Amino acid sequence: MTLKNHLSVPATPGPRLPKCPTGIQGLDEITGGGLPLGRPTLVCGGAGCGKTLLAAEFLVRGATQFGEPGVLMAFEETEAELKANVASLGFDLAGLVRRKQIVIDYVHIERSEVQESGEYDLEGLFVRLNYAIDSIRAKRVVLDTLEALFAGLPNEAILRSELRRLFRWLKEKGVTAVITAERGREQLTRHGLEEYVSDCVILLDHRVNDQIATRHLRVVKYRGALHGTNEFPFLIGDNGISVLPITSLGLNHKISSERIATGIPRLDAMLGGRGFFRGSSILLTGTPGTGKTIVSANFAQAACKRGERVLFFSFEESPNQIVRNMHSIGLRLEPLVKRNRLRFHSARPSLYGLEMHLATMFKEIVAFQPHVVIVDPITSLMDAGTDSESKGMVTRLIDYLKAGQVTSLFTSLTQGGHALQQSEMAMSSLMDSWLLLQDFEGNGERNRVLYVLKARGMAHSNQIREFLISDRGIDLVDAYIGPSGVLTGSARVAQGDLEKAAVLASQQEAAQLKREVERKRTALERKISGLRSEYETEALELRRIAEQVGTRTFVLGTERAASGRLRQADAKVAGGARGKSRIGRKNP
Amino acid sequence: MNAKPIRKPAVIPALKRSRQARDRAPVVPRRPDKLWQLRLYVTGQTLRSQTAFANLKQICETHLKGRYRITVIDLLKHPQLAQGDQILAVPTVVRRLPKPVRIIFGNLSDAGRVLVGLDLRAEVAPNPTS
Repeated sequence: MTLKNHLSVPATPGPRLPKCPTGIQGLDEITGGGLPLGRPTLVCGGAGCGKTLLAAEFLVRGATQFGEPGVLMAFEETEAELKANVASLGFDLAGLVRRKQIVIDYVHIERSEVQESGEYDLEGLFVRLNYAIDSIRAKRVVLDTLEALFAGLPNEAILRSELRRLFRWLKEKGVTAVITAERGREQLTRHGLEEYVSDCVILLDHRVNDQIATRHLRVVKYRGALHGTNEFPFLIGDNGISVLPITSLGLNHKISSERIATGIPRLDAMLGGRGFFRGSSILLTGTPGTGKTIVSANFAQAACKRGERVLFFSFEESPNQIVRNMHSIGLRLEPLVKRNRLRFHSARPSLYGLEMHLATMFKEIVAFQPHVVIVDPITSLMDAGTDSESKGMVTRLIDYLKAGQVTSLFTSLTQGGHALQQSEMAMSSLMDSWLLLQDFEGNGERNRVLYVLKARGMAHSNQIREFLISDRGIDLVDAYIGPSGVLTGSARVAQGDLEKAAVLASQQEAAQLKREVERKRTALERKISGLRSEYETEALELRRIAEQVGTRTFVLGTERAASGRLRQADAKVAGGARGKSRIGRKNP
Repeated sequence: MNAKPIRKPAVIPALKRSRQARDRAPVVPRRPDKLWQLRLYVTGQTLRSQTAFANLKQICETHLKGRYRITVIDLLKHPQLAQGDQILAVPTVVRRLPKPVRIIFGNLSDAGRVLVGLDLRAEVAPNPTS
């Protein structure tokens, strides 16, 4: 009661409550900047939910990031144990103690070892705490777990009054304190410590849903400040605690109007000719075996070819399996992996809880700094949590990626039947573009088709395209749309063949006609040349005869002259010439 | 249960004294061969500290006359000493010697509990001679 009165008076001197940043990923976002400065905060929770680690991280980050030394008063674990425990989170507690940035004071009390006789108070504890704080000018104090005193001290009445005094004293001292306590059955803490610490109460919880254990954090109370009241999943990873969400609550990320190709030219053409927007989120839904991974791999390869980095989260196949399978369609991914353009991260969805997956993904993304992130498939990841959890997770992931202008491609496996309507409606509203891959059944075969269901901010085709996978990659072809509906596969091929046959027939007819004409022309030419050779033969004959006649006339003339000379007759030239000509005329 | 002293009796006069003491009173100082070192931790000269000191002194005078030494430590002056003896409550008496270390809280107003705490009297079984 005194505490509450004490508090209500100086609560609002300034417009905002001064806060003490914890440095714990996500916690400062939820609490709007950190724990109340100079006041005690109660962290309560059951066994194994991370109270001590949260408190220890508060101190370590205070010392390393904010230059605020801290005191850790441990009632349960010894100094050596604490150092070893937080070392697993990558915190060098021992080094901080050596450099006098943190003081650890292990308070040991064992009921069987002490006797009490008469009245006493816990001034010794105050003295120790005060000495530890003053020795390094500590700004932060952790009391872990104060409730061990209830087991160690026989007189609870004294303890309670002393605890009340302790919290008031901590406030007067001006240190920001974190007090851990066990979760009680009907109240927040087993021994009702929340009665004394009323400024800020954080509840940690570790529960199992569908065999998957998830840690949750909730700010039950934060006097004088707005805070997120939801239960937030958190996890304990290699570098401490991270509370999700890590991302902003508003929708105000920068956007890009740059377009990136999908690796499938026809698909680019369907999306206004230039592909997706950079930094947009793309959903690729499809029934089993419709080629979701192939489209993803194509997208990845196209990005790698542009010199970008691609992070491929695979929850179904191992990296080697993807590489091998893509090889069968002519996609060679291993050089890209070798050149560190493409990185795979494979994990079984049931390996751990949803938030652990998310945190692992965040960590990978931060480490690799990709331009494109592919999650294949997001649906098997969603099985790791409940519906609302998984939606929240996808929202966080998309928010986070968009804030970093990372293009994200999520494949989503839908069950058979009507894939379109069954697709995660909740999830699709988060996506900027939505491609649907579908089986088309008919004529005793299944064919793949692709639609663009939605593409925010760009003109896109409303056409159905048949999606062909061959050993040379993938291609989109127009499906045949005729009087009998949409034809795909061999029906489309058959229809094409029919059309081809008709064309062929008319071509053949024309060719035949041409051949006929040709033949007639050659016949004509042959006839002409025959006539010409006949004419030439006759003309030759004529010339020969004419020459023959000339020769004979000459020979006759000379013979007559010779015989006349023999008979000494006078020359009758003309008569001989006449007789010769008679012979000549008879001859031909 | 009255456990026998484990170690051999070293100094005979002391033993003799202890036997006399046993005959005289039901309270038996055990391990009488050692000097008892007691520390009384207090914070300042409060009434409670003074009461505690007076009570302790009285008990020691009764049962450990001449064989004890009380060191009073004021934690306000020497706060660094609190951690070593795991001081939590004030006032606290710590029996440094003989071993093992024994701790008693409070102003020591209940002498019987102090005797049990200091292991001057067996905790469970009442002494048959009483």
